[in-house]
Amino acid sequence: MGAGSRASRILTGGSRRPGAPAVALASTVVFFGVLGLVVVSSPGWPRVRDAFLDAEVFAAALPDVLRAFAVNVRLFLIAELLVLVLGLLLAIMRNLPGPVFFPLRLFAVVYSDVFRGLPGIAVIYVLGFGVPGLRLPGVPRDPFFWALVALTLLYTAYVAEVYRAGIESVHPSQEAAARSLGLTRIQALRFVIVPQAIRRVIPPLLNDFIGLQKDSALVSVVGVVEAFRQTQIRAAATFEYTVFLALALVFLLVTIPLARLTDWLVARDRRRQLAGGVR
Amino acid sequence: MSADATAVPAQQSPPTAPEAVRIEGLHKSFGRLEVLRGIDLTLAQHEVVCLIGASGSGKSTLLRCINLLEPIDRGRIVVEGEEISARGVDINRIRRHIGIVFQAFNLFPHMSVMGNVTLGPIQVLKRPRATAEADAIALLERFGLADKRNEYPDRLSGGQQQRVAILRALAMEPDLLLLDEITSALDPELIAEVLNLVRELAAGGMTMLIATHEMGFAREIADRVCFLDGGLVLEQGPPGEIFSAPREPRTQQFLQRIVEAGRL
Ligand SMILES: Nc1ncnc2c1ncn2[C@@H]1O[C@H](COP(=O)(O)OP(=O)(O)O)[C@@H](O)[C@H]1O
Ligand SMILES: [Mg+2]
Repeated sequence: MGAGSRASRILTGGSRRPGAPAVALASTVVFFGVLGLVVVSSPGWPRVRDAFLDAEVFAAALPDVLRAFAVNVRLFLIAELLVLVLGLLLAIMRNLPGPVFFPLRLFAVVYSDVFRGLPGIAVIYVLGFGVPGLRLPGVPRDPFFWALVALTLLYTAYVAEVYRAGIESVHPSQEAAARSLGLTRIQALRFVIVPQAIRRVIPPLLNDFIGLQKDSALVSVVGVVEAFRQTQIRAAATFEYTVFLALALVFLLVTIPLARLTDWLVARDRRRQLAGGVR
Repeated sequence: MSADATAVPAQQSPPTAPEAVRIEGLHKSFGRLEVLRGIDLTLAQHEVVCLIGASGSGKSTLLRCINLLEPIDRGRIVVEGEEISARGVDINRIRRHIGIVFQAFNLFPHMSVMGNVTLGPIQVLKRPRATAEADAIALLERFGLADKRNEYPDRLSGGQQQRVAILRALAMEPDLLLLDEITSALDPELIAEVLNLVRELAAGGMTMLIATHEMGFAREIADRVCFLDGGLVLEQGPPGEIFSAPREPRTQQFLQRIVEAGRL
């Protein structure tokens, strides 16, 4: 029921009149028809078409771009794993009880503020060029490594905030119930609060992962040859910008399914909450 | 009025049974709101005491203080001879011996019935999982919930959820059980199953302090009824006395309102 009714809501905008789908389709044809006409009749259209819409160039470029995209995939998959763990640790750090843990709480707060406030590209630059530039013995010089570190540091800050919101969304009565059994604060977090928080934050977490996957293109600035860099190289050599279309397609192939999955999870949670009543 | 409050008869608790809980001069405020203003209350072992009083009179606060879920401002709470309100007491150790059941059940929604009932025994009492589960099954069987052991809370009726919540507290084998309006969130037809469970516990000798609006039930089950008003135990006595011949005008007014609401 869910997917069907959601799709039909997008089609008809909630209208239940019998003619609604037909109106939606007609309006779509007119809208995109006019838009297409405006674009095609514009003075620069022939040049843009030749540079960006060449089927042969597209077909030739796609395998290359895909191969380079494997670097992005490796980068964001490893980063996502690290971010999942580190983000949770940071969120828990921020929730530790008592005065002894003040330094850890302070660290967590400052970390989140700093890394959410910095432009991602600046962090990638500084780590990717700066640290290897120090030529410290034993420190990796591989730009891929530092790009990975930069993305992980950046997204850990966002994901920690997501986890924190999740932890705070668990009603205090759950902690009271856990503590009343004699569980310590940390046991209550571990067995009662965090497991519920994680379930709730999966959709916003996936949202951040969409961001991370797109941002994996930023690491091209420190010389990692990934899909975006590969595309630039090809485009510069051939003056054929169709390659960028291939790049866009490749990114959408991974980000759109993730966006759909996120939407579906949100809708499912909403249905469950409506069905489950009071918790 | 305070003269009346101190005139509470002292001979009410059975003098023979050893004492389970003694509360002396308990004060508790939230900011500038003084909720408890010197509660004195003693429970003998195996005694069932019902706390009645208007909404907002501090019944929940008193129960939460005894479980150390709320820090107290002044006074003493002694449970089984140990002053649990003293500084430096390990509150996690104290809570093992004091069970509390809440109005809104507060079951753990991500755990099955079995998970809910065994969490405390496994993590706090450090029982082996197999032992804890065997004990839990015995407990669930005794109270007719064995077939629900793999269900999650959202698949249970309110009455079943509240019974599981009581069993979760019982699985810790507490010396004292605090029940906070455990039927107030239930549909009328589900109340009986929960009250029956409490009756069984009372018959089994469990020491209980029960905040309730179910006056008929209090009258039937309580050894003693305490009326909470103005942050004090204004009047207490055997249910027959309190419900039939309350001495305090405030108690009379309160019970009058209950009668008018058709609940007595
Ligand atoms: N955590 C809290 N913070 C502030 N005020 C509270 C808190 N808990 C209870 N109160 C207030 O204390 C008073 C007593 O509440 P409560 O103990 O829940 O009464 P009862 O259970 O008898 O209805 C109420 O006025 C309530 O608003
Ligand atoms: Mg209450």
